[in-house]
Amino acid sequence: MSEPSTQAKSESSRPLVALAGHPNTGKTTLFNALTGSRARVGNYPGITVERRVGEANLDGFGPVDVVDIPGTYSLVARTAEEQIALDAMLGLVGQKRPDAVVICVDATQFVRSSHLVLQAQEFGLPVLVALTMTDEAKQAAPDPVEMGQCLQCEVVSVLAAQGRGITELTAAIARRLRNPDRREIWHWQPTAWLRKLLDETRAALPAEWPACDAMALWALMSVETGDELHGIPAALRQAVHLPSEARKRIDDEAILGRYAFMDTKLAPLGRHQPDQNLTEKVDRILIHPWLGLLIFLLLMFALFEGLFAGANPLIHLIEKLVGAAGDGIKHALPGSILAHFVADGLLAGVGAVAMFLPQILALFFFLGLLEDSGYLARVAFLMDRPMRAMHLHGRAFIPLLAGFACAVPAIMSTRTIERRRDRVLAMMVIPLTTCSARLPVYTLIIGSLFPARRIGGILPTQGLLVVFMYAFGMVTALLAALVLSRALPPLRARRLPLVLELPPYRRPRLRDVLGMVWDRSRRFVTDAGTLIVICSVVLWGLLDFPRAPARPSRDWKATIAQVESTARPQLERAEEAERMQQSYAGRIGKLMEPVIAPLGFDWKIGIGLVGAFAAREVFVATMGVVYGLEPDTAQTSLTLREKLRQEKRPDGTPLYTPLVGLSLLLFFALACQCTSTLAVVRRETGSLRWPLFLFAYTSTLAWLVSFAVYQTGRALGL
Amino acid sequence: MSLPDLPLRKSAVVEAVGGDRAFRRRIMEMGLIPGTKVRLVAVAPMGDPLTLELRSSRLSIRKREAAQVRVRV
Repeated sequence: MSEPSTQAKSESSRPLVALAGHPNTGKTTLFNALTGSRARVGNYPGITVERRVGEANLDGFGPVDVVDIPGTYSLVARTAEEQIALDAMLGLVGQKRPDAVVICVDATQFVRSSHLVLQAQEFGLPVLVALTMTDEAKQAAPDPVEMGQCLQCEVVSVLAAQGRGITELTAAIARRLRNPDRREIWHWQPTAWLRKLLDETRAALPAEWPACDAMALWALMSVETGDELHGIPAALRQAVHLPSEARKRIDDEAILGRYAFMDTKLAPLGRHQPDQNLTEKVDRILIHPWLGLLIFLLLMFALFEGLFAGANPLIHLIEKLVGAAGDGIKHALPGSILAHFVADGLLAGVGAVAMFLPQILALFFFLGLLEDSGYLARVAFLMDRPMRAMHLHGRAFIPLLAGFACAVPAIMSTRTIERRRDRVLAMMVIPLTTCSARLPVYTLIIGSLFPARRIGGILPTQGLLVVFMYAFGMVTALLAALVLSRALPPLRARRLPLVLELPPYRRPRLRDVLGMVWDRSRRFVTDAGTLIVICSVVLWGLLDFPRAPARPSRDWKATIAQVESTARPQLERAEEAERMQQSYAGRIGKLMEPVIAPLGFDWKIGIGLVGAFAAREVFVATMGVVYGLEPDTAQTSLTLREKLRQEKRPDGTPLYTPLVGLSLLLFFALACQCTSTLAVVRRETGSLRWPLFLFAYTSTLAWLVSFAVYQTGRALGL
Repeated sequence: MSLPDLPLRKSAVVEAVGGDRAFRRRIMEMGLIPGTKVRLVAVAPMGDPLTLELRSSRLSIRKREAAQVRVRV
């Protein structure tokens, strides 16, 4: 990746201000207010957590960079994700050291939120506090000046959404930047026992870490057998290896020590209790055991309808526009390879990327509203029990559901899950859910090969099969999660106990949500989009080259010239069918035949499978061309069904039996043969290993299941 | 008694926090320490997890871990 170097270049000269705080303290709103919503988005080194940096201009000081540190409750960490906050605030692992650290403290919970401030002060970080949500806290909010005196750092009250307090905050940041004071402030005193431990541990810290007591305390509290931290040298692990009683004693001393200060000195500054009636009342309904579940299911139904039906008109419009542009180009430059390449290769790829956008926009807009209103945490709460049974995170529910519309936005939405292991596990099983691109394929296969009968005169066979395929997708996805999380070492990681905050209900800010949607879509287009276009061009090359049948069965040009003009289209389609059959994809299809024959497929299906890599629904179009049908008409699908029914094996028996149909359905349900999905997994995991594994395991599974079903069916004489 | 035995919407005071170290440390950092007033506000559809109210915030933990927290009514 080229991002770190470009970041380093543009950030090197300006002072860096870090923005930290608990999740849901209005940090993003403040970031947007300071930077004017213009952020450069990159990743933290070695981990796919977004690193947002923006530029702010401080009055009388000049431009500074502001980095948005992911929300965190503590600097003490259990996982590599939680470690980011520490690395970013201290400037470890190659990150630039911030020159000021602004910590957002929610005024409605200022006592609890100050724990992070105390931790940062112990490190001697140049801390100042932005007191947020004071409008919500009203009388419960402490006086910023009193709070600042108590904490020994500047406290500024800000209401970023209204733009209030921003000038005061930027002035305070400028003062902090000019102030060289890096004194370590401890609001509690370690006992002699802990002192001794701190001294010993400090000596064992790696040279590139600050050799301070706070760092030693961090190591004593974070490092333990089975943690998921990165960059901890073995010598340090050895040094902090203590009996469990001693470790609990350290935790008690530090945390109770800080709370003793906060509860006696800080808490009295809030003279009233914050009004929590709204959250109390809404939660009585929204997380009610059955009423809450009912509302949740209705909401999810609305989300799904929005994705599935709402985005459709836009997708069709994009499809039409791309098609028209392609035709225009081919018309302007008839017969030219370049025009062909641009229209059918490049433009088709760009169209494919564009067609994902409506669903990505819709899903992220909805997710943004759910997250900022506080409801997304409730989803994790409601779904924790059933999802946990499958070793999935409660937050994986919405991505899994979104997978039924399209795996691409669904995989992108796994970002709401904090821990990498949970996120990757969700990504590995989402492609098994029945996405909408599979539907045209299912419709074609079921429509042509299964009789439109009704079981017992009521239940339609075809409809039932579609329902079965959806259920099959969900069940296999959940089972795969269960199996993968047990069998695959990187996904087997220890299950962490749930610690989930349900934030107060708040009105989402449209500007923040739209900004997030814009960021996500832009990154999809630039990162995954490029790969999708490249894949599309490669597939186009496979299906369209060589340009003429390599071994023509007759002289097509002469034959076509001889017949009357009305008969020509049919002959041209026959030529195109022969060309496709002899194209590279056709040759791959023939090469594949020995592998797919035991599943009941012939090489023509093989060509369809190659085409389906571009997008599953392309299977239908590719089969249409293979069977010499007129492209893109309403008739195609009907005539294709006829053709499929008539297709015979060399021995004269019908090729497409319901058994072959079932085998093909199952293959499509299981195999992740979608380059866009693989491209997005690569982008989201930051490695090639996971998309390759996803492809390998789903293909193997698909082959095995189709093989078992087809061969069993044959043995039973079906 | 332990936290899961607390009747719904009933308040109590935390007496002792036990359990796995990382978990114990995290909930203590979030303010669930001896002496803190806590109230059980919701139980999820399948009886697990629980939602607690403490220090003007809401926190969900699972029954299994909640059983390690001793409270006094």
